[in-house]
Amino acid sequence: MIQSADGALLRVEDLVKHFPVKKGLFGRSTGAVQAVDGISFELARGETLALVGESGCGKSTTGRLLLRLIEPTSGKVWFDGQELFALDAQALRAQRRSMQIIFQDPYGSLNPRMTVEQTLAEPLALYGLAAGRQKERGAELLGLVGLSAQHAQRYPHEFSGGQRQRIGIARALAVEPRLIVCDEPVSALDVSIQAQVINLLMDLQRRLELSYVFIAHDLAVVKHIATRVAVMYLGRIVEYAGKRELFARPRHPYTRALLSAIPVPRPGARRQRIILQGDVPSPIDPPSGCRFRTRCPYAQARCRVEDPPLIADDEHAVACHFWRDIAASPIDAPLAEAATIDLRLARLQEAFRERTPIG
Amino acid sequence: MANEETPFQRIVGDFVADPVAVFGLVLLTIIMLIAIFAPLISPQNPYDLAQLDVMDSRLPPGTSSPTGGTFWLGTDDQGRDMLSAIFYGLRISLSVGVIATVIALAIGLALGLVAAYFGGRTETIIMRIADIQLSFPAILIALILLAVLGQGMFKIIAALVTVQWAYYARTVRSAALVEKRKEYIEAARCLALAPPRIVFRHLLPNCLPPLIVVATVQVAAAIALEATLSFLGLGLPITEPSLGLLIANGYQYLLSGKYWISFFPGVALLLTIVSINLVADQMRDVLNPRLQR
Repeated sequence: MIQSADGALLRVEDLVKHFPVKKGLFGRSTGAVQAVDGISFELARGETLALVGESGCGKSTTGRLLLRLIEPTSGKVWFDGQELFALDAQALRAQRRSMQIIFQDPYGSLNPRMTVEQTLAEPLALYGLAAGRQKERGAELLGLVGLSAQHAQRYPHEFSGGQRQRIGIARALAVEPRLIVCDEPVSALDVSIQAQVINLLMDLQRRLELSYVFIAHDLAVVKHIATRVAVMYLGRIVEYAGKRELFARPRHPYTRALLSAIPVPRPGARRQRIILQGDVPSPIDPPSGCRFRTRCPYAQARCRVEDPPLIADDEHAVACHFWRDIAASPIDAPLAEAATIDLRLARLQEAFRERTPIG
Repeated sequence: MANEETPFQRIVGDFVADPVAVFGLVLLTIIMLIAIFAPLISPQNPYDLAQLDVMDSRLPPGTSSPTGGTFWLGTDDQGRDMLSAIFYGLRISLSVGVIATVIALAIGLALGLVAAYFGGRTETIIMRIADIQLSFPAILIALILLAVLGQGMFKIIAALVTVQWAYYARTVRSAALVEKRKEYIEAARCLALAPPRIVFRHLLPNCLPPLIVVATVQVAAAIALEATLSFLGLGLPITEPSLGLLIANGYQYLLSGKYWISFFPGVALLLTIVSINLVADQMRDVLNPRLQR
């Protein structure tokens, strides 16, 4: 495992969550969905860790475990030196102030029967923040996310998706958290709005010294916002590295396939795509040995038997027996093109930065 | 401030779009006004035995009464003015229906929300009781209860509540299960709001629309069930008749030409139930999220 300097805000060790599958009249447990199966990582203050992977790989479950919205099967999480799963109800309540979540679906994440002002006042009242000046604080929060105070009296259905996402962010910020779990916060938005919200998140991170766990499947977005990236597959982390390192020298065949799947916005661009065969295997009954072997173009006999551990080398961890051999093979196509994506997103963001002053 | 219509204004606007529903609402309003002001508008107090005269019994509609008035809808076999008896009967039928519905709603709502929010064993126990309850015909349960408890207004309300709470519990639970999975509930949990606050402030208001519809329909069902029970002689005493008992009171004269004793209370019952159902139907359409813009 990569050990960062002391004072990591969040440290996760061997986190496991199995959801029992119950069958029959008496709810016999006949198996378990291994949603998260032994993951470890660290997040330093002010940094962004991106959790990347396909649907069903356990990244959202991880996000909810970090906030203790669901209880883990085993494993430990330290938040700011405190062990999260050892806290009693009262201590947890206090700790919740420091960690918040932003959701994917901007239509489901706001109570449709509460005005924006009520939504923002609720956490303030709960923690006794801004007593007597909740209205002003609400307006302040709205300003922080680029909305105006006159939006306060409206209901969620009167806003667009991007605006609702901003309200969701304002609600998370109301309790002045230090960690925000962003659960695919831009996946449901248009590309142009995505850029605005990503800008907003990065801007807020700088100003409020926030740390993010950023759950995503869009690598172009991840490339923009992340400090480090953890690639997940079937409940495990298969590769874990700094952003630049990971995008420049992906080691795991799965990461390489993901990177090659980023569309290139250049007509006639030629590149080599690694197309994965088949579907993700069922997390109830994962493959023996390496979990990725059923879809891996480089799989060998050893992969069937031996589960590759996540081994770090130069601050770049990978769970693959043969990554050195694979790295020597000629598929390096996605790397040059990833830069183009970045450029495109950067341009788009530049355009919107001028139009929407934040704060 | 933008001039956006509130959800309430929208519901009112959608409701009046259907003339049949408006007719139902007007009819229902009139019936309710009659029920509320029965003592003021009735020609006679049918509960006051001193005002009744057995000599006036079974007079046809339109006969003039010895005290100078007219029995517009005739009299029953105890000499009661049918019009007054129906006004007072409406009062009893409606209040029994509404009170039973409100109590059943409160009980079903609480149990359904608890079942949906906490899940697990709590949910299994509550919902299986509801299932067992619903697998028996309502009338059977009510009959057994009244046979055990005996007659009286509160006993019949208790019987109706027992029969009806399960409908609300089921409706609320299904609505709450959908809402519970939405992320605003998770956001509320993440803020560490207390469970009662999450349930009542966040979950409940978003589960109300289907419940309003069920409650409106169930008021009509409760009135009909009460009438049935009274008709069978298990409801209220004959000295304070509800519509069902008035109908029962006259049915043996139906074939001997004295139709009015059963007929007019029957019409009153019919109009009440139809008007409530018309309103309920439109409420269902208006509050159905799938039919909204």
